[in-house]
Amino acid sequence: MQMPEPDPDILRRKAAIVAHLEDILPRGAVISEPEEVRAYECDALTAYRCPPLAVVLPASTAEVSAVLELCHREGVPVVPRGSGTSLAGGALPTADCVLLGVARLNQVLETDYENRFIRVQTGRTNLSVTGAVEADGFFYAPDPSSQLACAIAGNIAMNSGGAHCLKYGVTTNNLLGVTLVLMDGTVVELGGAHLDAAGYDLLGVICGSEGQLGVVTEATLRILRKPEGARPVLIGFDSSEVAGACVSDIIKAGLLPVAIEFMDGPSIRACEDFARAGYPDVEALLIVEVEGSETEIDEQLARISDIARRHAPRELRESRSAAESALIWKGRKAAFGAMGQIADYICLDGVIPVSELPYVLRRITELTAEYGLGVANVFHAGDGNLHPLLLYDANAPGDLEKAEALGADILRLCVEVGGCLTGEHGVGVEKRDLMSHQYGPDDLEAQLRVKDVFDPDWLLNPAKVFPLAASESRRRRAAAPVA
Amino acid sequence: MAEILPKDEAELAEAVAAAAAERRGLAIRGGGTREAGRAAAEDVLSLAGLTGITLYEPGALTLVVRAGTPLAEVTAALAAEGQRLAFEPWDPRGFSGRNGVPTVGGMAAVNASGPRRIQAGACRDAMIGVRFVDGTGRVIRNGGRVMKNVTGLDLVKLMAGSHGTLGVMTEIAFKLLPCPETVASVVIDGLDIATAARAMTTAMATPYDVTGAAHLPDGPDGAPLTMLRLEGFETSVAHRAQELSAVLRHFGPTRRIEGAGHWPLVRDAGGFGGRLGAVWRISVRPTDGPLLAARLGGAELILDWAGGLVWALVPEDLDLRALMGGIGGHATLLRGAPETFARWGAFHPAPAPVAGLSAGLRARFDPAGILNPGLMDTRPSRAAVA
Repeated sequence: MQMPEPDPDILRRKAAIVAHLEDILPRGAVISEPEEVRAYECDALTAYRCPPLAVVLPASTAEVSAVLELCHREGVPVVPRGSGTSLAGGALPTADCVLLGVARLNQVLETDYENRFIRVQTGRTNLSVTGAVEADGFFYAPDPSSQLACAIAGNIAMNSGGAHCLKYGVTTNNLLGVTLVLMDGTVVELGGAHLDAAGYDLLGVICGSEGQLGVVTEATLRILRKPEGARPVLIGFDSSEVAGACVSDIIKAGLLPVAIEFMDGPSIRACEDFARAGYPDVEALLIVEVEGSETEIDEQLARISDIARRHAPRELRESRSAAESALIWKGRKAAFGAMGQIADYICLDGVIPVSELPYVLRRITELTAEYGLGVANVFHAGDGNLHPLLLYDANAPGDLEKAEALGADILRLCVEVGGCLTGEHGVGVEKRDLMSHQYGPDDLEAQLRVKDVFDPDWLLNPAKVFPLAASESRRRRAAAPVA
Repeated sequence: MAEILPKDEAELAEAVAAAAAERRGLAIRGGGTREAGRAAAEDVLSLAGLTGITLYEPGALTLVVRAGTPLAEVTAALAAEGQRLAFEPWDPRGFSGRNGVPTVGGMAAVNASGPRRIQAGACRDAMIGVRFVDGTGRVIRNGGRVMKNVTGLDLVKLMAGSHGTLGVMTEIAFKLLPCPETVASVVIDGLDIATAARAMTTAMATPYDVTGAAHLPDGPDGAPLTMLRLEGFETSVAHRAQELSAVLRHFGPTRRIEGAGHWPLVRDAGGFGGRLGAVWRISVRPTDGPLLAARLGGAELILDWAGGLVWALVPEDLDLRALMGGIGGHATLLRGAPETFARWGAFHPAPAPVAGLSAGLRARFDPAGILNPGLMDTRPSRAAVA
């Protein structure tokens, strides 16, 4: 994977830039020693690493504004970072960048149950947002699987989803307002506790913009009252095709589960070996969860089971208790850990129309066989968001490259059947060069123009999201020495 | 003023490119039912030739439709499969006195979202993909037809609610939801606005999945009516109606109304039709709804979104935005005399940095300034009355 050459002029000016940063930030908020900045050399896409020029850890919107204003004046690129859990390399530094971490921005600013919102600083972790309101019976709905560690800033940057977004939507559907700092230090307030924008929906553009447009320091988030209860049903099938048809029938029947999770044979067996959840030995497993009162749950599970029975399931297990629910979820929640025990893996994030599920799963199996690698599929079936785990051996020379090439083939397949490259992880550097497969030159140009408006000098997280060739002239113009 | 009527997207793109070359302003027209302010244009660009559903997959809850398609056609096709657009778009003919047929493109261009907005999201939340022609005549795609998509910048949201000033939408993809088996409302009679607002925010803070919370100070019988809607399977609605009534009992006795009831009246501000005065739609935080209502004195009001959406019928010369001091949110003028639009402007003024970003986007997407010129300017302008 290619990254642009660092600007030698910036590298040469490192001492002066660090001194400026130390002037405007409190002691301890600037890190510049090579052995210390190494802690920030990568995010969760660990195959790629590069220590930044310096790291700053501001603790207020004013400090973020001061940093950006300084870097803007000095022409220094800035890479924002939440908790560093990006699987797409969204927070991968370059050698000539200042890495801006929001970890110290972790306060709850306002909680309002009457108006159902919470306002937080964006370095706060996803789970601790719910933690701040759950004693009062509320929760924040988006629940990415990294929710223990991932920051709201990163959730907004990647428009994160989670297992329950079939009912509750993704980040953009639960984000009411932000405080955004532009690259020149300007502080902009968008949205708030009221609904919908007065003019253009800039909030909607910010969400999912991968740190391309500004740094979000505060966020107003929708909170909801927790449902009375939730229970899943586990359904096993002989083939992925039948499981896919069952998902489609559940949706068509007017049922709206909060989650429909899918696992294929290899993941079922790996999870069972690892977590001992009592999963049946089948080729496809659905976990369908519904919410409500006990009687509402019983009725919905009965309707789902009726539909499932029409597809001759090998196993049908309705949870009757919290303990049974926990056991059904245990294997699924251990999936990534279980696969990690067997092999190194790349986790993909493509999305397909639900109707294409059987075909795409068959093609993934064929492609994987052609590359001589292994694959396990674990995903959110209700919305077609696939997470194939491509298994490889990091110690075998050439294996990573093979897995990456297979991943690119699978994502191209997703696009060909009418889907997209990424449903919740973001483009980052990982899928940057596949963007031109999904979008034509005019489509990309329109997106580049939005960045031109927010960040005319192309200093914020450059060399991400867009194919390098597409953004090159803009980045080069930005890097040209000021006359 | 000539009317240009392209028969497909390619013709439309040619027409826009030609208009850009001559710098002739285009008023973008769907069904001609929604006009918050009016564009100062030389020609009309009609979407009436771009109609039809291009893809409907009930099993995937997905619909792709051309922008000029009448909304009623879409609603009927979805109803046949027991599905719907969950955001409950409002029909402006209730209060506008205009004829015409609402279209999918017009609905998306104003982000028309009704009572269910508070539970199911806005029009913009249901939009998952778009094709549009920018102000230079280029065809641009963004998003797609799948439920989750974070591939690149989200221009779908940007197009929603942009009133045709950044591009002419030609095709839109929506996420759908199933229609419920049962619809019912738990209602309370006779509450004053402040108490009604407290009842609504109380209901919204329960786990009973309320899909509408509105208060009509002058209800259908002339008396105040507070309504909380529940939807789902009959047993589920019955359970929740009972629980909700218990939670709300200290606000007054409740009764259950079956079916759609008065919700269309709330959605379309139907009671304002044929009456003198300006119609405003104001989005505030729910607890600010009654505060604003008090400041509006004797104005005729509808409170939706648990108090967070105020529809107001007020004298044309009332500076409504001046009454919003200390209250966040925004007010849109939806109906009024030309001089009323000239005086107050249709859209809420934006703070300088936001106005700067918006102007920047407009300059990039429509450099010749030909798409609905003057519309969505946040200051009153000549264009608003043209």
